[in-house]
Amino acid sequence: MKISLGPIYYYWTKKKVLDFYDEIADTPVDIVYLGEVVCSKRNQLMLSDWLSIAKKLKDAGKEVVLSTLILIESDSELKRLTRVCKESEYLIEANDFAAINIMRKQNKSFAVGPNVNIYNAPSLNMLAKSGLKRWCFPVELSKFTLQEIINTADTNVEVEVFVFGSLPLSFSARCFTARAYNSDKDGCKHICLNHKDGLLVSTQEQKPFLIMNGIQTMSADNFNLIGQVEVMNSMGVNIIRISPQFNNTSKVIEVFKDRVENIISNYEAQESLATLSEVPQCDGYWFEKEGMCRVEPIQ
Amino acid sequence: MELVCPAGNLPSLKAAVDNGADTVYIGFSGETNARHFSGLNFNEDRAKQGVEYAHSRNKKVYVAINTYPQPSIWGRWTEAIDISVKIGADAIILADVGLMEYATKKHPQLNLHLSVQGSSTNHEALDYYHENFNIKRAILPRVLSVAQVKKTISNTPVDIELFGFGSLCVMVEGRCILSSYVTGRSPNTYGACSPASHVEYLEHETRLETRLGGVLIDSYKKNETAGYPTLCKGRFESMGSTYYALEEPTSLNALDILPELKSIGVKAIKIEGRQRSPAYIQIVTKTWSEAIKQLDSGNYKTKQEWNIALAEVSEGLQTTLGAYHRSWQ
Repeated sequence: MKISLGPIYYYWTKKKVLDFYDEIADTPVDIVYLGEVVCSKRNQLMLSDWLSIAKKLKDAGKEVVLSTLILIESDSELKRLTRVCKESEYLIEANDFAAINIMRKQNKSFAVGPNVNIYNAPSLNMLAKSGLKRWCFPVELSKFTLQEIINTADTNVEVEVFVFGSLPLSFSARCFTARAYNSDKDGCKHICLNHKDGLLVSTQEQKPFLIMNGIQTMSADNFNLIGQVEVMNSMGVNIIRISPQFNNTSKVIEVFKDRVENIISNYEAQESLATLSEVPQCDGYWFEKEGMCRVEPIQ
Repeated sequence: MELVCPAGNLPSLKAAVDNGADTVYIGFSGETNARHFSGLNFNEDRAKQGVEYAHSRNKKVYVAINTYPQPSIWGRWTEAIDISVKIGADAIILADVGLMEYATKKHPQLNLHLSVQGSSTNHEALDYYHENFNIKRAILPRVLSVAQVKKTISNTPVDIELFGFGSLCVMVEGRCILSSYVTGRSPNTYGACSPASHVEYLEHETRLETRLGGVLIDSYKKNETAGYPTLCKGRFESMGSTYYALEEPTSLNALDILPELKSIGVKAIKIEGRQRSPAYIQIVTKTWSEAIKQLDSGNYKTKQEWNIALAEVSEGLQTTLGAYHRSWQ
């Protein structure tokens, strides 16, 4: 099984992003998804910046995939998307049917991220006919559904599973971070830069609940399927995806790599991750339960 | 413009038809559609009666089959498509590409509409469904500004239907799993958001709490009116303030921009609320039908009485233009 690093959902300074991927180049990660996927107003890095990071990572032996915007509303966003989709050197991750359509028209294969709704084998087969090469399984579905799809799909599409990170739960036209500052999207002043792992939302009982990240809402708890690495391998999962956080991402990759190679036990891996992620862990979706619940005991 | 009204049962369907709807959209009982409520929706027989009632008055019926089937229960969705054809539905409203493929192959003459749950917010995405499945119409998510809707319409051969009134989804439909994060059930998988089965109202000495899946969604003082704990419309804390972090309990009402929607080429206006009572359907249908008639007569001005009638049946008793107005975003 290969390990991938998903796109950065948050808005970081250019310097942080460059330093981050310099560090990633030295980790045992196999595949790196690059690009802005949440908000087209974020402009610390331009396409040319992403391409120079891509080259560095490629030279370091990584497979690079260019990831695309999840919510595409305006003409300028479509134009930007089209430019990324024309980059022929790298595989493209489509996160909206706009990207899927552009790739289909170019007769080029593509990957899809976890926010494209493929919930059954006929949908996977249909997308494969349109050029789908790699599929990231939607986070809200269970291992039982994944197994049934793998068993019945009529394609050789690679299967990727989101295994670690704050869950991408929803997208809106509204910028919730700007709203927290009594502003709106047009007047946001790029305030997301102040919130490197997003902006925490708690219940009135002070229980951490959600993360607001611009137009995106995420889980405050950290999704963690480290205990399921062996299971996934036997199910036929090809790639497991880790989602970037501001701190400790390289160390998380190393723990997963050691687990995939069976160098450390489930217990040791859980223990190591517990020191790297301070927030509560969740895994409910994978076991067909509420996403926020924790099924696997930490041992 | 075509007025497309909701119905969760036969009395509602009749109320819609009798009060000026051009079309009524319905769903079958169970999780094949995005209004999966206990005791709501149609079986085959009732749906057939509904279609006959509407057709005999020159009105149309669309069937929403707009959730995303998982493998073990796939057959329920294809069966719903087959029944829709059998009872003579004028179109079916789908979101899932696997079902689109099934419907296109099995029933090539059937009119397909792309559901709002299909999350298509631009003309390239619509082109995918048009090229592959020849969709005739798409319902756009409630996230675009009027300018963005206009641009989309001018670049697609697909007819566009827009939400005009009803409960307001804050998130892009089809791309929100907040509900399953808390309850295990989402619009995509189960056809329900913040399902009643997971709701609790807990009275304390000075406060009333509303919870969903055990999570505190809001807390009301004795003199406040408690609302249904829809997850995205609760009061939460962030940066030291307690407020409606995502959205207030409010409904969409686009009456004020109706002439603009017509002039940019919107083909149909959709009313939300299959889960609402026949009385709601009657009031909303009557009001919107009158508004569209006045618009077609060429002399439109939103009447105060329309807004009052609609406000009375609105969630939270307030209305908004939502994302149609850029400042909401």
